[in-house]
Amino acid sequence: MKHLYTWSGIVVVVFFSVVGDILMARAMKQVGDVHDLWKRSGPWTVIGRILSNSNFFFAVTAMAVAFFSLLFALSWGDVSLVAPAAASLTFIGNAFAAKIFLHEKVDRRRWIAAMLVAGGVALLAG
Amino acid sequence: MTFRKNLVLAGVTVFAAAGDSMLSHGMKQTGSISFDHLQGLILAVLNPWVAVGIVLLLAFFASYMNALSWADLTYVLPATSLGYVLLALVAKFALHEQVSPLRWMGIALISGGVSFVAGGPALTHHHNEAKASLFPKSGKNELLNADAPPERHISAAGGAKR
Repeated sequence: MKHLYTWSGIVVVVFFSVVGDILMARAMKQVGDVHDLWKRSGPWTVIGRILSNSNFFFAVTAMAVAFFSLLFALSWGDVSLVAPAAASLTFIGNAFAAKIFLHEKVDRRRWIAAMLVAGGVALLAG
Repeated sequence: MTFRKNLVLAGVTVFAAAGDSMLSHGMKQTGSISFDHLQGLILAVLNPWVAVGIVLLLAFFASYMNALSWADLTYVLPATSLGYVLLALVAKFALHEQVSPLRWMGIALISGGVSFVAGGPALTHHHNEAKASLFPKSGKNELLNADAPPERHISAAGGAKR
């Protein structure tokens, strides 16, 4: 039963981390290249555009939920399982979600990179 | 990839690693916080390590958002995962912690992943017809193109933001 709790905690953390990252990536693509925008129209335009983007706020909310669910998951399971499992599954989840929702071209090179990094993180934190 | 963009990616990597380690160091000094004594959370912020850690994590967030404004998520995440390697090296050489062979293997895997993604373009284009002719299905061609500057892929694919 404890196992089930821990893994459902991990799934919730991964889900909200991926949602947060995807929404943040979408928000920043909608804002546009921050450096160009800054040079063209100054910092207030950049800040204004970010703060008026609804995806940005949803992203921050999802990231906050992910953070607090991580705290709960850590209280149910061992840190040596929960932290690396959540981090490396988030890498894989992001690759799938970026392909589906952001239409990024996740080619073979990026799949391999995501897998290697996910495996590395699991080993490093384990 | 311009110098500025490399600097932003380095910022994401370094600020995250430095911020996390300072926060962790500070929180070990303040002790654990329970739900019954949430005021401990406010006191924790007064710890200089925690305060600097928070500032560094804000800097991380700003550079992360900057990077996402001109690069794909599937590029930024692996490219900045060197922070994990940085943390392990800090643990080994600054904190003199034991780094096991399994962890060294993890470092090797992450570094391999980073070099893989760094060879490709930072931004790919969605539903673009031009791209299909540039990168035939084989995938072999893309690997051959790995040495070409990423900007070339972008401008060739058309519709880039610069």
